[in-house]
Formats: sequence, structure tokens, C-alpha cells
Amino acid sequence: MDISREDLKHLAALSDFSMSDEELDSLEGDLKGIVNYISELSSLNTEGIEPTYQVFEMENVWRDDEIKPMDANREELLALTTEEKNNQIKVPKVL
Amino acid sequence: MKTANKTITATRLVQDALTKADFFKSYNIFTSIYADEALEKAAAIDAKIEKGEPVGRLAGVPFVAKDNYLVKGTKTTASSHILEPFVAPVTSTVVEQLEAEGAILIGKVNMDSFAHGSSTENSYFGPTLNAYDNTRVAGGSSGGSAVAVALDIVEFATGSDTGGSIRQPASFNGVYGLKPTYGATSRYGVVSMASSLDTDGFFTKTPEDMDLLMSICAKRDEKDLTTLPDFYDETPAKKVKKVGIIKDFDNDSVDSEIRAHLKEECEKLKEKGFEIVELDMPTLKHALAVYYIICPAEIASNLSRYDGIRYGLRSGKAHSLDEIYGDTRNEGFMKENKRRIMIGNFVLSSGFYDAYFLKAAKARTLIINEYKKAFEKCDVILTPVAPNPAFKLGEKVNDPIAMYLEDVMSVPINLAGIPGLAIPAGKTETGLPIGLQILGPRRSDKTLIEFAKELA
Repeated sequence: MDISREDLKHLAALSDFSMSDEELDSLEGDLKGIVNYISELSSLNTEGIEPTYQVFEMENVWRDDEIKPMDANREELLALTTEEKNNQIKVPKVL
Repeated sequence: MKTANKTITATRLVQDALTKADFFKSYNIFTSIYADEALEKAAAIDAKIEKGEPVGRLAGVPFVAKDNYLVKGTKTTASSHILEPFVAPVTSTVVEQLEAEGAILIGKVNMDSFAHGSSTENSYFGPTLNAYDNTRVAGGSSGGSAVAVALDIVEFATGSDTGGSIRQPASFNGVYGLKPTYGATSRYGVVSMASSLDTDGFFTKTPEDMDLLMSICAKRDEKDLTTLPDFYDETPAKKVKKVGIIKDFDNDSVDSEIRAHLKEECEKLKEKGFEIVELDMPTLKHALAVYYIICPAEIASNLSRYDGIRYGLRSGKAHSLDEIYGDTRNEGFMKENKRRIMIGNFVLSSGFYDAYFLKAAKARTLIINEYKKAFEKCDVILTPVAPNPAFKLGEKVNDPIAMYLEDVMSVPINLAGIPGLAIPAGKTETGLPIGLQILGPRRSDKTLIEFAKELA
């Protein structure tokens, strides 16, 4: 399995990285090497095996759907953003 | 560990720790130090002791937390640029549990950015140096935690282990490091990396201290629904009789001195009456590939939250919303973060999902089954932690595959969710610490700690 330059650009876009061509160049060899390494897994026979996605011995854990105060309040959370106005987070115009 | 009393006060313990932290400044261990706050807390504990009021089991004991543990009102950077301005709005459960017993947090310590790495060289703030040789790496990703305990700055440190990040730096610096059973300790308030693999554990100087910390922190937490029901204090340690050795790791890819120490340790165990059982675990050789598929996939998902909008860095040069996302993430993440996020998006993308992510999830089942079979034949397994002792700074940092190979013997247990305790096991001829790890089935944490006393 080899990844092309187009694949790389696509992955950078999927990852929300605004990468220059130079940066893509510098990552190309590394990513190809990693993909090549993990591709060795194809040699393992997994026919008829169920996948495992978690290991915490539990199925769904239910709780009542009630509103409870947590550790941080609205002011404390809004204080974390770069720009805030009228109790809301300010971002550039989208429309 | 030394707790405060009337003669050796909490203030004195904290002052000593702060003095040592300053003395070892050149090792680049700390990302922040809370001298004033720590001394205030110490004075409060001393006042209680003076009045004869009850104090906790960790009264006045200084400790450090890996900089991915949130502590309300203080910076939590995960040693990254993107979280550099972030001030935590909550405190992690583990830090809360430790402080409730009187332990005093004197600072936060260095790590690979977002815990991506095995040397602490991927930190935005530069590498932490090895406690035994300052031309070598601390190991990682919890390098700062391991070195702070090894240099005796503090009695214990918190760390996180997703694929070896507690055990490998513990072994590189000659201290104990426990990766608990998945779900044993709360992850509330710890920066997420790969959620099906992440565990929070500790670095200590003795197995007894590890037992105390687990007895305090291995608890059900309603803020983390993946925590198990309380089991640690309720489950007595199993009397170990059979010790497993993994034949598949006994080859030239592991340093000869480490293999010699493991053999020596086995001889000693035989003399003490333990039975050594040789295990064939052929699926383990695929564990590293499985890990470097599942882990990046979960990283890509978890780290998508860092968008520059709600908290953390926001790129100053961006004009549109899309530019904010792209520029902030490109400026804020380090090269290894980017590699992992991009590989994660690769293995999850349509067309590749079945061949990589689904395949790895199936292989994970085989790895879990292989451990289950192994623990039918033995009570615990003893293996090396890493293929080599601490390596030179700069030796592997530009070669991601060489760095990943560091994790070949540490990642399998994260995939299986079982516990592993790294223990000091002597030194190389040149004086570098050698570590071994004791592995057991799920919820056998106490058995591992008790067995470590046998080997100490």
C-alpha cells in the first residue's frame, strides 16, 4: 500500500491542517513508512474473529437525564475563549 | 513514604522538594511550579497536626502531576503549544483524591506533547533529561514524572499510560511505575489521547507506596463512567506460584543485558520455589501494528476538539473560520501529533477502514484471547519493558518507526486492558537502570504489587 501526494493533501484537509507544500514534503516519507509498517497486519488471519472496540467489561451505563451543576460554571468556561461577547463565543462571520 | 508530623513538618517537606526542584533545574522536569500555594497548603496541614486534628494518609507529602492532569485555576499544557494558554476550569479526580488525603502538589511536569512519544523529546518545552545520564532521554511520554521521582524531588508522581508511557520511563530511571487495569482509576480531568487504551497510574520508589496510592485512587468515579466498581481494596492479592516468560520476546531485538537480567531474575525465583512457565504468544508480534492503527484512530477523533474556538491557542493570522481551524491546528500541534492525526484519519477513511481499523480491532480480540490463555498457565508474566535501556537524546526523534519500536513490549497490555507494573531490576555495566514488568489478568493490580515486593 502506497499513499500518493493527493492522498496526503486529502489527509491534511481531513485533519484540518493548513500545511505548506514544504511541510507535506517533510511528512511524506514518515507517513509512507508508517503505513508500510502497519500494513504488515494483513499477514495475520482474522477470519471469523469479532472485533473489540472497548475493554471495560460493561454495556451501556444509564443515568437519569437531569440537569446538574458540574465543576465549572458558564463564566468560567467562557473565560477560556479568545473572544467573547454577550455570553457567547465570538468567531469570524460564516455567512 | 515520609508523611508530615510534629518534628518533620509539611512545610519542611515541601521546602525540601522545592529546593531540590530548583537544584535539578537543568533536567527540564517542570512545566510549572506552585511554590506559594504548596507552602500555604503545608502550613494548613501543620496547623492541624499541631492541634492534634486528624490528617490524611498522605499528609504533607509533596508530589507532581504529569501536565495532562487538570488542576482548576492552573495551566495544563499537555506540553503542547495549542494548550499553552489553557487554564483548567476543573480538577482531575485523581489529583482531588490525593489532595483529600493531604498530599501537596508542588508542580506539573514535562511529557511528550499530548503523550505522543517514548522519550519526552516531543515536548513543546524541550526534552527532560535522564536521571542517571543527562545525555540520554528520560523515556516517555511521562518522562518528567519518572525523573522527578528518580531524583528524589518528590515521593511520587502521577502519569498516564496509553502504550507504555508510565512503564518505559519508570524502567529508564529505575523507579516503580504502574499501569493499572483499564478502568481502575478515574480519567476525569485528564487530557484524552486514545480512550480505549488510556489509563492513569503512578510512579513510586517502593511497592508499598504504590499499594497506598492505589488504595486511595482505584475507586468508582461517577464522573468517569468507564471506571470499574470498587475492587482494589476488596480483592486480596493472589499467592503467585507460576511465573510466565514470553518466549517470543527472547531474541536479538532485545538488548542482551536486559535478557541476561531477566534470566537471572528467573533463576532467583526458581530458587525461591516459584515455577517458571515458558509461553508461546505468537500474536504479540502484531501488537505494535495493531496499536499504531487503533491509537492514531482514537487520537484523530479525540484531538479534533482543538479547533481554536472554545479554549487554547487561536491563530492570530486567520481571517475566516476555516482558516482559524487550519492555522491554529497547524501552528499548535507538533510533528508527531500531526503524523498520528493524519495516520488516524487514513486508517478510518472509507476505502481503508476495513483493511486497517477493522482488521486491527479483530486482531485486538486475538491478543486479548492470547493473554487469557497465558493466564490459564501462569499467575503473572515477567517480561522486559523496552528493548533497550535509555537511549541518547536525538538518537530516534527523527525516525518515527524506530521510536515506535520502543513500545513493542509495552503496548500489548493496553490493547488487552490488563495491568502492568514496571520494577527496577538492576543496572547495565555502564550504570543505566534496567526495568522489567510484571503483568497479570484484569483486576490483578494488587497481586502485581505484592509480587513486586518478592522481587525487591
